[in-house]
Amino acid sequence: MNPNEFDVIIIGGGITGAGTQRDCAMRGLRTLLIERSDIATGATGRNHGLLHSGARYAVNDPESAAECIRENMTLRRIASHCIDECDGLFITLPEDDLGYQQTFVSACQQAGINAEIIDPDLARRLEPSVNPTLIGAVKVPDCSVDPFRLCAANMLDAKLRGGQVRLHTEVTGFIREGNTLKGVHTVQRQSGETADYYAPLIVNAGGIWGQHIAELAGVRIGMFPAKGSLLIFAHRVNNRVINRCRKPANADILVPGDTVCVIGTTSTRIPFEECDNVAVTPDEVTMLITEGAKLAPSLLSTRILRAYAGVRPLVSADDDPSGRNISRGIVCLDHEERDGLKGLITITGGKLTSYRLMAEIATDAVCRKLGVEKACETAVTPLPGSEERSYEEVAQRIWESPTTAQKAAASRMGTRASRIRSGDRHDEALICECEEVSVGEINAAIDRLDVSTLTDLRRRTRVGMGPCQGEFCACRAAGLLAKAHGCIEKERNDIAQFMQERWKGNFPIGWGDTLREAEYTQWVYKHVLGL
Amino acid sequence: MRYDTVIIGGGLAGLAAGISLQKEGRSCAIVSTGQNALHFFSGTFESIQEPDQRILDLFNGAGIHVHYKKGVRLMPLGSFRESGLSLEDVSLFPTPKIGRKVLIVNFTGYHDFFSAFLAEGLEKQGMECRIRFLNLPEFANFSAMRSVQIARKMDIAWEKVVQEVRLLIKDEDTVVLPQVFGLRETAVVSRIRQGIPAQVVFAGTMPPSVPGIRTQMQLKQRFEVLGGTYLMGDRVLKAHVHDGVVHSIVTKNLDQHYLEADSFILATGGFFSKGLKSNPFQVSEPIFGLDVEYALDRNQWYNPSFAADQPYMAYGVKTDAQLKALRQGESLKNLYAIGSILGQSHPELGSGAGLAIRSAFAAADDILSTPSV
Repeated sequence: MNPNEFDVIIIGGGITGAGTQRDCAMRGLRTLLIERSDIATGATGRNHGLLHSGARYAVNDPESAAECIRENMTLRRIASHCIDECDGLFITLPEDDLGYQQTFVSACQQAGINAEIIDPDLARRLEPSVNPTLIGAVKVPDCSVDPFRLCAANMLDAKLRGGQVRLHTEVTGFIREGNTLKGVHTVQRQSGETADYYAPLIVNAGGIWGQHIAELAGVRIGMFPAKGSLLIFAHRVNNRVINRCRKPANADILVPGDTVCVIGTTSTRIPFEECDNVAVTPDEVTMLITEGAKLAPSLLSTRILRAYAGVRPLVSADDDPSGRNISRGIVCLDHEERDGLKGLITITGGKLTSYRLMAEIATDAVCRKLGVEKACETAVTPLPGSEERSYEEVAQRIWESPTTAQKAAASRMGTRASRIRSGDRHDEALICECEEVSVGEINAAIDRLDVSTLTDLRRRTRVGMGPCQGEFCACRAAGLLAKAHGCIEKERNDIAQFMQERWKGNFPIGWGDTLREAEYTQWVYKHVLGL
Repeated sequence: MRYDTVIIGGGLAGLAAGISLQKEGRSCAIVSTGQNALHFFSGTFESIQEPDQRILDLFNGAGIHVHYKKGVRLMPLGSFRESGLSLEDVSLFPTPKIGRKVLIVNFTGYHDFFSAFLAEGLEKQGMECRIRFLNLPEFANFSAMRSVQIARKMDIAWEKVVQEVRLLIKDEDTVVLPQVFGLRETAVVSRIRQGIPAQVVFAGTMPPSVPGIRTQMQLKQRFEVLGGTYLMGDRVLKAHVHDGVVHSIVTKNLDQHYLEADSFILATGGFFSKGLKSNPFQVSEPIFGLDVEYALDRNQWYNPSFAADQPYMAYGVKTDAQLKALRQGESLKNLYAIGSILGQSHPELGSGAGLAIRSAFAAADDILSTPSV
């Protein structure tokens, strides 16, 4: 058996690709996932981190709404360590039409979403940060989800089932025989090494970049890149998701996540060429704060941690009649049927909340082609880490009387926290004080989760995501990476790149405490550490 | 309460001004919030090369040993930088070849001293390096190893490090240790040098800086020995200004007891120290509402490259040639601005520590040129 031969190759290490790899692996297929950068670097890691209840779509898109609530309930079971079951509110402000509330609630109920009108007084008690002038409130089962963790857990499960992952590896072309794709040419972007991999089926799960991958294969998918900008605040201002009860608009969702909260988003069409380099403009920042403060007024006086933007992979209503829209939103293209090109399937559209369903649809298509009959089990099999629902109980069982840092680790890793080496105070020492990440947890991530840079490490552990934005932990963590990888020179550049990456999200909001922190950080790195 | 001069800000600039004035018999009070830039100090006063006698006197008078020679110094991540006037902790070398063979000694579990990076940097310069870790019982109940906690223990137990290092040395002629010695016990640095039979080089750690905190305490002590009043942990709430003259300031702790003086010195630092304040629309000086030099378009405040010189760091309050601060275009008659709150408006005074000391001397001289009332 050629080690470079697989049953299926998945291109794209976002949540769709990771979910598809897991599903394929669970059906007994030999899988390879190829990602040109790191996991969750596209739209997967650049959104609200909202696990929709579906309520937002209930009025205008009942089908998506029903899909969301089903997946929402499923993911609570199978991905509990990635999900905060925080609930959400849809609030009506004096400037909004209270009459919409009834339309909204009936549409929710139609879609199977448990939406309950509550007294504004009760809403103020349940969510003290909410705009106190609200005149109406509806409680819905929204959740918050950590997309990095969810993506890593899917990939880890695929690996535990024999799947292989090549990160920082770019597909440069397809190996083709007549009208059949046989495999891919790749280049490892860090080492420059090239390799060919073969499989009878290739799944294009490249998100917005899927258009480019399709072009490499000689087929056309028309995508509409839509930029969405968001702001992260340095505190968890709200404990529940706060939405506006009106027709969906800009900056009307505030989502709590771990120790922070996120307001967004905007929606601006951008040219495809700009997808790799989206930036948040000052006007967008102003709009996000102004609108956000209508949901929770204290945002006006809360420090902003970062500004960031993602690109939604919206697919045009397919101009090719053979392309099948399986569900509104989710698009699965069988290029054999659509373009006469064998061996390629594109899965795109959809949303973070429906990733599992997208993966199921793509995997069903793969299995049909390969003649595999095993049914999908991703809706019932927990992800690694999610075998138990309460992270507090998990922490208790592992450490007896866990420290807050250990509880934080259990909330991030779920049952897999038992793999953190502990008992030695040196393993328990904190590297990142803001997010309480220990030496042991970082080493566990380096061991199992394909970490090659500090930025990769951040996505898997939250190192450097807190108020100091990596100022203190970057060098410490770099020391651990240097030790694991044995390459100091690379690690020194890695620190510089990590700090640059952090700065990119800081300067658009560089005033007040953010500017103070930036001045301090820039001083320390330049004058004290001599980077 | 009345003083000849009240200084707002207890960092290097404020202390240098206070010591200069107090030495000439002027009574001074310093209002300090607590932390200042010395707590994040590399040990080298950048922008001071050949120091003049007055700068040397400032440090020597406070019992602070400083030295300068042309050449380079070792940075915490293993690179080399141009030398400058330095504390005794910092070794200065004519070239980056600092020895023949180097032993780098760290403490087990201490991640704020970058031994592997240092070794790689030194090896690049052609030196052979060996890294060893000391696991001392003194740190057994530490939850995390941080510079100041280690330094507190080392004030008492430094001899253990000397003994252990003596055992570890083979044929190395140079030993590199973290800058975590001599927090309160100022003699520890030189005692370690005497005790180890090799050249000892102290390399920097993540902040807080142990040599920096020591220096701040020594300068503060010097100021107090000269009769100065150092109000620690207090901050200025507002100022009373009439007809272009500052009469008094109100602080949080002193409340009704205004601090009055003939002259005032503002040494509150840059953005981090809250000497300057910013919001999305403007940069301002929060105590007196002084005129600040900055770009009106916020997009001009930053360079998107982290490593580049950042425009915002050059912003500062406007002054006249005597460093008297401007408000609405007019200089206040008895308020001086010194140190990093000036930004880069006086390039002839240098930047960082150089700017702090030189502007402090300039303001003190101007105050001393008018007789005390």
